[in-house]
This record gives sequence, C-alpha cells and structure tokens, in this order.
Amino acid sequence: MLSLVAVSAGYGSFRALFDVSLEVAAGEAVGVIGPNGAGKTTLMRVISGLISPRAGELTMEGRSLAGVPAHRIVERGIAHVPENRRLFPRLSVEDNLRIGSFIPAARRHFAERLAWVYELFPRLEERRGQLAGTLSGGEQQICAIGRALMSRPKLLLMDEPSAGLAPQVVEQVFDLVRRIRGEGLTVLIVEQNVQQVLDIVDRAYLLEVGSIRLAGSSAELRDNAFIRKAYMGL
Amino acid sequence: MDIYLLEAVVNGLLLGGVLALLALGLNLIFGVIDVVWIAYADLVMCGMYGVYWLHAYFGWPLALACVAAIVGVALLGLLVHLLIIAPVLGSAPINQLLATGGLLYFLQSFATLLFGTDFRNIGVRLPVIELGGIFISYARLIAFAAALLGATALYLFLKRSYLGTAIRAISQDREVMGLMGVDQRRIYLITSAIGGALAGLAACLLALQYDVHPFIGNTFGPLTFMICVLGGLGNMLGGFIAAFIISQIIAIGGYYSSTELSYVLAFTLFIVLMIARPRGILAR
Repeated sequence: MLSLVAVSAGYGSFRALFDVSLEVAAGEAVGVIGPNGAGKTTLMRVISGLISPRAGELTMEGRSLAGVPAHRIVERGIAHVPENRRLFPRLSVEDNLRIGSFIPAARRHFAERLAWVYELFPRLEERRGQLAGTLSGGEQQICAIGRALMSRPKLLLMDEPSAGLAPQVVEQVFDLVRRIRGEGLTVLIVEQNVQQVLDIVDRAYLLEVGSIRLAGSSAELRDNAFIRKAYMGL
Repeated sequence: MDIYLLEAVVNGLLLGGVLALLALGLNLIFGVIDVVWIAYADLVMCGMYGVYWLHAYFGWPLALACVAAIVGVALLGLLVHLLIIAPVLGSAPINQLLATGGLLYFLQSFATLLFGTDFRNIGVRLPVIELGGIFISYARLIAFAAALLGATALYLFLKRSYLGTAIRAISQDREVMGLMGVDQRRIYLITSAIGGALAGLAACLLALQYDVHPFIGNTFGPLTFMICVLGGLGNMLGGFIAAFIISQIIAIGGYYSSTELSYVLAFTLFIVLMIARPRGILAR
C-alpha cells in the first residue's frame, strides 16, 4: 500500500533521514521504533506531506506522492495523528471530529462515520460538546485518533500515541489501536514504547540516527539481543 | 428619563449595529490571517461609491446596487489578499501593516483623483418615524436591522458549516489544518472575501445615512480599530460588545456635551481601559 524507497529528508542544513526504505502492505500494522531524535516524527511528516523529501520515492497504492501537498495527501487515504495530538483546543470535541471529515469524500459520509467513531470511543460522545483543550490526556489522544478516522483513511499514521500518558491509559490507547486494526485499517505507528508496540504490530523497523538499522517481524525483534538490551532493558 | 437622552441611547444603539459589523469583519480577518487591514474602512468607502454610482448615477434600483456593491467589495477583499497580503504573509508584522496602510492612501488618493473631493449623496430620503416622542431615522433602523442580520448570518456560517468550522480552527493550529485536508490559502481567500462582503454591507447601510467622499473611511476606520482592540483583537464577541459600548459613549456623551467631545471621551475611556485590561474587555 505505502512504499518508501531511499527517502532522505531534513530541515535546513540538518538531515534527519538517510535513504530510508520502508513498505506497508494493506491490512498490516507496522511499527517504527527508535530513540528520541532518530527521525521517527520526520518520517511521519514526510509521508503526510508536511515536509517534502530531499530524495527518494514515496508511493501510495502505486501512485507517487512527490510534490503532493499535505491537504491532497489526505484525499489519497492517509490520515496522520500527529505527535502531541494537536487538537484544536478551543473547538468542541464534535467540531474537531467535523474538521476531520473536511475532504469532500469524507463529508458525504459524516453522519455514519461520526456514529462509528462514537461507537468505537463512547467517551467522545459523552464529551461531544466539551472544548477539546479541557479533555484529559488520554481523552485527547482518543479524540485525535477519532479525528483522523473521520477522513475515512485507508492508512492511519500514528506518531507516539502513548507519549505523556499514564501507564494504564497507555494500555487503553493500545487496546484502541488493536480494535482499529480489527476494523480493517492499515496502521503505521511510531513509538518509543517498544515492548508494548511490538505486541500490537505485525512487523517493525528500528530507526536510529535517521537510518533503518533493523527490520523484522514482531517476534524476531522481540527476540533480538540488541533490541532486548537497548530498548527493553532486559 | 429625559426623552432626549432616551433618543440618544436609541441612536447610539442603532449606530452600534453598523460599527459591530465592521468590527466583525476586521476581527474575522485578523483572527484567521493574523493581519490587520488598516485600509478596511476605505473598502467601505469604495462600496459607498459603488452604491452611489450604480444607484444615483446609472439609476439601478437601490437593492440591486447594494447587492452589486457587496459582491464588488468582496472581490476587492480577494484582490487585497492576493495582491497585497499574500506576498508579505511571511514577513514581519510591521511590513504587513505598512502594506495595508499604503493601500489606505492609495484608495483615498485614487478616489480623490477619480471623483474629486465633493460630498455625494445617493439621494434616498427615508422618513423619520416618531415613537412615543422620540424620533428615529428610518435609515438607521434599517441599517441596524440589516447589520444584526449580517452578524447572525456570519455566526451561523461559522458555527454550522464546514468552512466556518475550518475558519474558527485555523488560527489554533495552522499546520494541522493541512492534515485535515484543508488548503490554508483557500481559507485565507474565502475569509478575505467574507471580510470584504461585510465591508460592502456596511457601505450600503452607511450610504443611506452619510454623504460619500474619498475620506469617509477616516470617520469609521479609527473607531473600528478602537472597538476591535477594546474587545480584544480577533475576539469576535468582544468586538461586537465593544461596538455598542463605544457607540453609547459617543451618543450619550454627545447628548451631554458635543459630538466632538464625545469622541474625546470615547478615546480617553479607551486609553484607560487599555491600561486596565490591555488584552481587551473579554480577556481571560
């Protein structure tokens, strides 16, 4: 579904990604793990068009994403749940979800989609009139995921959904990701929370200082001596 | 209560409606694009000339001339954004202020060149109605009602429509708007056109009450800025309320002393309030 071939990207004279190649097949859940500053967020931003790559090729369902601005990439079926959620704090929960279905293809299905999102996350329906900025951290993360789902994506990009959340809330958020997978969505998820993310993805890539260092199935990575030592503290 | 005081209060209320409309337009543009259109009241001047020429000179029916003026100023708003704001969007705020300030002089000089400095009247004489001893001009009543209607339409648009929701959201996180499939440039253009349309509507309402001349914008421009700042720049509700506060001060002050002194009073109060509440009367 999504394919990156030798993608490089950066900010100004700083290069954050070096020749990254990555593949996500339809129906898969793929993780990207790695330490802070490895380029995980940059990778997500390149895919969703917030920054353009310096070199390399990105394709979604066989069509190139080169030169496509962010607001057109959503129309290709890619939704991005950004780092730190980035909700519109002074809009209600429901208005945040409404903005999520801004593209014409999603707008036509707003009502049924909203009902579906509320069914997945009943908490959001309870808080529909509340300003998003007043939600708890976990609720905000759920709202951000719901907002992304409103665009009827085929591929959901999630950037550190567990960041800044209490452990039991992290567990809930990962449970939700599992349920979203069950709904047939393809997921690419970036996480520092290595142990937990390997429980919900099929495969993962290890990104370090801007390069893919390791790739493999969750089971392979879980048993990898280097990952166990460096990322799981085992 | 003194009947003349009551008349002043009513007139203040009616004036407040049109000022509120101007404040809404300016606040909308500032809230979305983060730019202050110094020449905003001069777009109103252009609209008033439009109504004058179409109605008084070419003999169009007044309603048609007004619709044309609203559409015309909306297009002018689009042009202001495309030609003047968009090129300096990334530069320092002072450059943006200077650019729209330059537009103010351009429009005033251009109007002087084209039409001279004559005061022109659209020649519509509406009756004055008497209500329980107070006299209210029909033109002001219409202006007030139309301004409230315009404000309500804007409110519903912002609250109920997709574009309106995007307009409310964009200043809260510009980058994420792209992830939602919203083209920021398109939102800016639409906002500029709506801001222009509001100035056009105000132009129609003011043309009923005032003569048109190239410097009529100076009568309402500073007042509109004062109202917007008093309400908190970008705060639509604050601006709406501030418009009625200022218009009451001018009306009641005018009743007790003179119109000139009432403006002094209004601006003095503005300075005091700015010291007390520098972020506007509704600041949290």
